[in-house]
Amino acid sequence: MQVKEKIIEKIFLLIALSSIFILGLITFFIFEEGLPLILKIGPKAFLLGERWIPSKGSFGIYPMIVSSFWVTFGALLLGIPLGLACTIFLSELIPPSIGILLRPAIQLLAAIPSVIYGFWGLIVLVPLIQNYLGGPGLSIFAGSLVLGFMILPTIITISEDSLKALPPSYKAGALALGATHWQTIWRVLIPAAKSGIVASIILGMGRAIGETMAMIMILGNAVKMPSSFLDSARTLTTNIGIEMGYASGDHRQALFATGIVLFFIIMALNTLAIFLSRRRVG
Amino acid sequence: MDNPYTEKMIGKVEYWNDGLMDQKEVRQYFNIPSFHRNGINSIYANSKPLLWFLFFFLLISAGVGCQRSKAGITVAGSTSVEPFAELLAEEYMSNYPQSHIYVQGGGSTAGIEAVITRAAKIGMSSRPLLGQEKNLYSVTIAKDAIAIILHPKNPIQDLSLDQIREVFSGKIKSWKELKGISRPIVLVTREEGSGTREAFQKFVMEKEDISLESLVQDSNGAVRQVVASNPSAIGYISLGLVNNQVKALKISGVEPNLTDIENGKYMLVRPFLFVFNEEPVGETKSFLEFVLSPLAQKLLLKEGLVPILPKIAKE
Repeated sequence: MQVKEKIIEKIFLLIALSSIFILGLITFFIFEEGLPLILKIGPKAFLLGERWIPSKGSFGIYPMIVSSFWVTFGALLLGIPLGLACTIFLSELIPPSIGILLRPAIQLLAAIPSVIYGFWGLIVLVPLIQNYLGGPGLSIFAGSLVLGFMILPTIITISEDSLKALPPSYKAGALALGATHWQTIWRVLIPAAKSGIVASIILGMGRAIGETMAMIMILGNAVKMPSSFLDSARTLTTNIGIEMGYASGDHRQALFATGIVLFFIIMALNTLAIFLSRRRVG
Repeated sequence: MDNPYTEKMIGKVEYWNDGLMDQKEVRQYFNIPSFHRNGINSIYANSKPLLWFLFFFLLISAGVGCQRSKAGITVAGSTSVEPFAELLAEEYMSNYPQSHIYVQGGGSTAGIEAVITRAAKIGMSSRPLLGQEKNLYSVTIAKDAIAIILHPKNPIQDLSLDQIREVFSGKIKSWKELKGISRPIVLVTREEGSGTREAFQKFVMEKEDISLESLVQDSNGAVRQVVASNPSAIGYISLGLVNNQVKALKISGVEPNLTDIENGKYMLVRPFLFVFNEEPVGETKSFLEFVLSPLAQKLLLKEGLVPILPKIAKE
């Protein structure tokens, strides 16, 4: 019995290690393919160059870095208020009968494939924006709207967990001191769960920056510096997604190099989220 | 006595939780019942049939996958050629039911690379071969014209090549400058590396750059979709894929139709290639022969391509 347990433990250890091994392999591969190009044209020309014309050897991804953050910022503008309101409602105010419906619905939001979000955005949102706000319709605004909905499940589930993890004494204490339910939520529970909520927002941000398929369909993918929310734009991920099929040589390496930049951004965000969620509550 | 492993797990959760919840709360939070002696075993017992089912499902599907790839020919490459190759493959398979032909997109370069690495038997290319690629064995299966497309409601019917160049390089920014509606022009182009874009660059733009303001879509279908839904858009796609959602522009009075393509008046024409690692034999050869046969060429003609057998075009 004891031996069997040991064997099973080792097998699981091996499986767990294999996931790290694959991560290492991917990292190595991205760097091996992408780094030579960054070194060849220089990190400054690559990161801060404003022109992306691979056929003429210009590989500047600055507009894409900026666009990535524009789109993500727009998504957070929609996602944070909606997500927080939904979290508060779900964990504190909800009548049980609605909770049965609402929770699975929010989880379903995460289960919808991103290409469906993209298709919906393309067919419904883009013509609306084109008709009522002007511009090409395929725009940062449309992308942000769709992404805002896509990051809701991440924000809601994680921040709800952190609210639920608070000791019941916080709430009991606040109520006993004469605070109203709303005062308890806003002044005691939310501040106490702050680190978890911030972590959820950062993870949502990571998801927003990493989203590809829906963005290829909605953003319009123009390679220029965006000047308004109604402009078309190309993010780091869509740059890789849209050009992978035909790229070869330096162009292909430049796409891997784009992946390196993305890798660092996502790593930074996740590290921040882990760091924040590990901090002691209160 | 409770199951020791569950206890261990709850202990860990407690540690992670910094001691904020007691065991009872952790149990409630994670929906863990207080386990009896056989608690965890019964969970395993229940999921066993499902696990076995999954296991066999994986095994069987893997087996099926292997079988299919052994018997078939994979055709991969240009998204411009893909729909036509699919049609030909279907027709071929209905004549020879025991053969399987799998058509995949991916792009001209990806298709050629797949042939070099032998991941695909046949590569589809919508651009001439470059550099080392010329060592491969290639056959022109048809010619394709590139149509400049507009929204059907756009009143403009005819532009010269120079005008189109100025539109796509961003020098002409409004339809008004071309005596059309007073709305800004929305350019739609293909991504860098696309065969269609390369052909467009060569035939229309020459040394000029396509404006960086233009929207970029990664397939003929996506370009058509954007142009069809935006009255001020202009784009370019394979003539064979023009449908009633969009309208093809005349270039200096020449309509993109078969006669004018054949006699060389319509200039935006490029070859569609099948690329092989070496001279094809066996199944691959018989598929190529089928593609070059009058029957298949007639089919391509019906779909809007220019057949390579001049006789068929004249019939």
